[in-house]
Amino acid sequence: MQPLQPQDIQTRIDRLAGQELYIHLELTSGAYASHLDATRHPASAFITNAVIRYSQGSISGAGPYRIGLKTVQGWVYAEGLTHVDETEQERIILAGHDSLGKLIVALQLGREPF
Amino acid sequence: MNSKPTERQRILAVFPHPDDESFVAAGTLAMYIAGGMEVTYACLTLGEMGRNMGIPPFANRVTLPAIRKEELAASCRAIGIRDLRMLGFHDKMVEFEDPQVLEARITGLLEELKPQMVITFYPGYSVHPDHDATGAAVIRAVAQLPAAERPVVYCSAFAVNCEQVIGQPDVTMDVTAFLEEKMASIRAHATQFQAAELVGNRELTAEEIRLRYGTERFWTYRFGDAE
Repeated sequence: MQPLQPQDIQTRIDRLAGQELYIHLELTSGAYASHLDATRHPASAFITNAVIRYSQGSISGAGPYRIGLKTVQGWVYAEGLTHVDETEQERIILAGHDSLGKLIVALQLGREPF
Repeated sequence: MNSKPTERQRILAVFPHPDDESFVAAGTLAMYIAGGMEVTYACLTLGEMGRNMGIPPFANRVTLPAIRKEELAASCRAIGIRDLRMLGFHDKMVEFEDPQVLEARITGLLEELKPQMVITFYPGYSVHPDHDATGAAVIRAVAQLPAAERPVVYCSAFAVNCEQVIGQPDVTMDVTAFLEEKMASIRAHATQFQAAELVGNRELTAEEIRLRYGTERFWTYRFGDAE
């Protein structure tokens, strides 16, 4: 994984627009959030291999980055993205890592299931 | 109390995530293996939903399962475990699996291996829902056996205040003689072991390692109908 470059991500987003795609979207505080700090509220959600199609999408912010994808019926949104798997040619594999290096958010798009 | 390996021949360790074996029982398992016992490790998931991806991150959601599979195999080699079973459940989702499916997998292992000892998590006191669900499935499966045929079950628990409910652990293993194996097992999980709450971002001194990892504690599970 490498720190993402927004222009590169925008190019990738544009390339996948208008197609049926599999999505993995995740936000996680980690299962130990409240064990390590009782004041924290543990919250996580993920959905994997849902099928979406977006007509337009963009990345914004100055880092960590936000992405919004406008789908046929609604929206997909992720905030806090910092890293990309730079070795991927076609799929978009994005993650946000916090100050301790832990994954806190993930957004992945690809033509095949993950 | 420090149990010695005596007439026991096989231990079945059951944990949901690669690296649970390292922190919970690597020293104990290495000690028993040195004493001539065989260990089977049934690991329910590949820890594919883990948040630690290495520092700086070299793994991601897509690559993590294959990486952690290799780390798990390396950890087993470090401990001396020769029989690793990866049960193929999905990380974070163990508590949502059909309980009978989980229990049947454990029952199958108990029938096949006839272990004298089982090591797992104490259901209800092990913080991560996968830990609790795994321990609960093991306890249900062992409870199905006639009391006289049950292996002893050592449970690990680390919920805050768990000792107020289940008391002090009755089994304390001094594993300082096997810290080399245990630390090698921990470090085999390269995506995980740098996490600040585990090893931290600096090299620990030998004394810190001994204090933090030199003792492993377990509760012997008391089955309601066993006397």
